[in-house]
Amino acid sequence: MLGRSANGIFWLFRYLERAENVSRLIEAGFRMALTRSASDAVDEWRSLIVTLGLRQAFEARYGTDYTGPHVFNFILRDKDNPGSILAITEAARTNARMVRGGITREVWESVNDGWMQLREALARPVTETRLGAVLDLVRRQATQVRGAMEGTMLRNEIYNFARIGSFIERADNTARILDVKYYVLLPSVSYVGSSLDNVQWENVLRSVAGERAYRWLNAGRMDPRGIAEFLILDERFPRSLAFCYSKLRSNLASLAREYGSEVKSHEMLGDAACQFHTTTIESIFEQGLHEFIGKFIRANTALALQIQRDYRFTE
Amino acid sequence: MKKPLSASYDEMLDADGSVRSAYAGYCQWHDEQPADLLRRKGSEAEAFFRRTGITFNVYGNEDAEERLIPFDMVPRIITAQQWRKLSRGIEQRVRALNAFLHDLYHRQEIVRSGRLPARLLKNNVAFLPEMVGFTPPGGVYTHIVGIDLVRTGEDDFMVLEDNARTPSGVSYMLENRETMMAMFPELFTRVRVREVSDYPRRLARSLAACAPPACDRKTPLVAVLTPGIYNSAYFEHAFLADQMGAELVDGSDLRAENGRIAMRTTRGYEPIDVLYRRVDDEYLDPLMFNPQSMLGVSGIMDVYRAGGITIANAPGTGISDDKAIYSFMPEIVEFYTGEKPILQNVPTWRCSEPESLQYVLDNLAELVVKEVHGSGGYGMLIGPTSSKKELAVFEAKLRARPENYIAQPTLALSTVPILTKAGLAPRHVDLRPFVLVSPNGIDITPGGLTRVALKKGSLVVNSSQGGGTKDSWVLDD
Repeated sequence: MLGRSANGIFWLFRYLERAENVSRLIEAGFRMALTRSASDAVDEWRSLIVTLGLRQAFEARYGTDYTGPHVFNFILRDKDNPGSILAITEAARTNARMVRGGITREVWESVNDGWMQLREALARPVTETRLGAVLDLVRRQATQVRGAMEGTMLRNEIYNFARIGSFIERADNTARILDVKYYVLLPSVSYVGSSLDNVQWENVLRSVAGERAYRWLNAGRMDPRGIAEFLILDERFPRSLAFCYSKLRSNLASLAREYGSEVKSHEMLGDAACQFHTTTIESIFEQGLHEFIGKFIRANTALALQIQRDYRFTE
Repeated sequence: MKKPLSASYDEMLDADGSVRSAYAGYCQWHDEQPADLLRRKGSEAEAFFRRTGITFNVYGNEDAEERLIPFDMVPRIITAQQWRKLSRGIEQRVRALNAFLHDLYHRQEIVRSGRLPARLLKNNVAFLPEMVGFTPPGGVYTHIVGIDLVRTGEDDFMVLEDNARTPSGVSYMLENRETMMAMFPELFTRVRVREVSDYPRRLARSLAACAPPACDRKTPLVAVLTPGIYNSAYFEHAFLADQMGAELVDGSDLRAENGRIAMRTTRGYEPIDVLYRRVDDEYLDPLMFNPQSMLGVSGIMDVYRAGGITIANAPGTGISDDKAIYSFMPEIVEFYTGEKPILQNVPTWRCSEPESLQYVLDNLAELVVKEVHGSGGYGMLIGPTSSKKELAVFEAKLRARPENYIAQPTLALSTVPILTKAGLAPRHVDLRPFVLVSPNGIDITPGGLTRVALKKGSLVVNSSQGGGTKDSWVLDD
C-alpha cells in the first residue's frame, strides 16, 4: 500500500480514538462538576483543560472563567481550538476521503455519517441539557466505525495500520489522564479513604470507561494503588497501557509477517511492551508514578514516529 | 428555434401525448405507483448520496465545496435499436480520433492532403511537440473517451463534443444505476435494462492491455493519478481506483527511478505500469510543462517516451477534441475510415473564417458561441437567453479574437421528463456514453451519463451550472 495511505489510515483512527476519549473525559468532568461545590467544579473543569493541553488557548479566549459551558464548548467546537472534537472529526473524515479506496464502504459511511451528524449537533453552542446527547453521538460514531471495521475489513496491512493508530492514541490518552490525576492516586497524609477520595478515584476510572470493570474485578473496593495497577498493567482492560501495547505488538508482528521483515520499530516496541510483564505496580510507585508516566508518553510518541519512518508515511 | 421547449422532441411522449415505445414499460410501472412515492424516494436518494459521499466540488464556491449533483428519478431510456446505431457511430468516430492523433504526431497526412489547415495546429497549446514521432504502447491514444451526444429527433443524434482528454462523470453513471436499483428493485424485474456495473472491470482490463514495454509483471500494475481531495472529481477518482482494485496516487507519491515511475509504498518504491491520470497535460510533468505544478511527476515524459510507463489518456490528445478541430470531424472520420460519418456534427461556424464571422455577428441572438479552448459551459454565450448587453460584450470579443470562437445554432435539444413539485415536466438533456479503447478493440458501455437542465427551458446541462443527472437505460432486446 502507499505510504501516504498508511499515514492517512493511521491518523484516521488516531483522530477517532481521540475524539472518543476526549468525549469521555468531558463526561467524567461534567459528572464531577455536578456533584461538587461551585469552586470545586471550576477546579474540575480547569483540570480538564489542563489534561488536554489547552490551558493557554482557553485562557486566551475566556481568561480564567472556567465555567462548564465555556469549557465543554471550547473542547467540543471552538474555532480557536484546532483540536476541538469537531475539528478532529473533520480531520478524520478528510483522511477517510483520502484513503477511501483502502476502507470499505461500511467504514467510510460510518465515518461520513458520524461527521454529518456531529457537524449538525455542533452547529450551535451546546447547553448542559444537550451535552449528554452530543457526547453520546461522538462515542457512538467511534463504536460504529470500529464495528464496521471489525465486520468488513480485510485483515491486512491496512487493518494493521488502523489498529496501530488506535492503540498508540489510546495508550497516549490513558497515560495523559493518569498524568494529570496521578496525585489523586498517591498515598497522602490526608488519605483516610473518605467518600470524596472515592468519588475522585472513581472519576479517574470513569474517564477511561473503566469504573464498572474495576468494580466488578475488585468487588467494589476502591484503592488508588489498585486503580493505577488496573489502568497501567491489567491486560484484560482494553484501555490499559498493557493492553494497548500487547495489541500493538500483535499488529506490528502481523505486519512483519506480511512484509517478511522486521524494522526498527519492532525492536523499540519489543522493549516497551516487555516492561508491562516484568514490572510491578510497587516498583512503578517506587520510581515515581509521575516519572513513569512521563517516560511512557515520551517513548510512545517516539514509537509512533519510528513507525511513520519505517513504513514511509511521508517522504 | 425561438421556443426551444415546445419545438423540442420529447423522448417519452409523441406529439399526441401518447407514450413512445421506449418508455412503454416504464410508464406503465410509473402509473401504478402512489403519487408521492417518487418524491419520497427522491429525498431518500439525496440522503443516500450524502452518506456515501458522492459529491461534486465546484471551484470558487466555498459554501458548496461538496455539492451534490441533483439526481432525477425518472430514467432516460434508449431502445436497443437506437443504441445499435449509436454504437456503430461512436465506434467509427473513436477509431477515427485515434488514427487522427497518430497521424498528427507523425506524418500529418491529413494536413498534407489539404483537408485540415496547418494553422489549426500551429500555436495550439493542445498540440504537444513532445509527442511528435512517439507511438504510445499498443498504439492507443484515447483509452477513455466520453462522446457528448444531443438529440433533436427520432433518429437525429448529433455529436456536440468529443471528450478525449480526461472525461469525467462515469461514477455517476454507475452510482445512478445503483441508486435506481436500490430504490425501485421491482422496476428492473419488469423492464430489461442492460448492465453498466462492469465498467470498472472493463476499464481495468482495457488499461492492462496497454502495458508499456518495460512492464515485467503478468498483471500490469495500474494506478489512478488524482490531483487530490479538493479536485471536483475526487470522488470519481477514488471510486474508480477502488472498483478497479488500483492504487489511487497523487504527485507526492511518485518519483522517477531507474527509468520507471514508482510510487512510495510502505515497503519501498514500486514501479507503476499503467497510469490512468486524471491530471491535465499541463500539470503532468513540471520538467516539461508547467514548472509550478505540484500535481504531476518530474521526468514522467522522459520515462514515458522511453517505454517505462503507459499514460492514459496519452498526453496531447486534447488536440483532437479542440473545438476548432471539432468542425472538421466529418472530414476527419472520412479521411481515416474511408466511410461516411454515421453520427453527424452539430452545424458549426468557424469564426476564424470571415464569411462565417459575418454570419455569426449578424445572427448572434440566435446562436450559441463557444470558446475554442473552453469547457464546462464557462465562457460561452447562448444568444436567445442573453441580454442586449451580454450580446454586445460578446460581439466585441468576437471581433477582437474571431479565431478563438465557434458558433452553433441553438439546438432544440430533446427533452425527457423530470420529477417536479407539479409532477412530471420536460427538461432538455444530453448523453455522454463512455468508450474504452485498447489494442483489443473499442468497448462501449451500454448507457452513459444523461445530464439534464433542471431549469425550465434551459439548455445548459453542465453540473457546474445547475444541471442534474439521470440514470440512462439502454433496453435489452
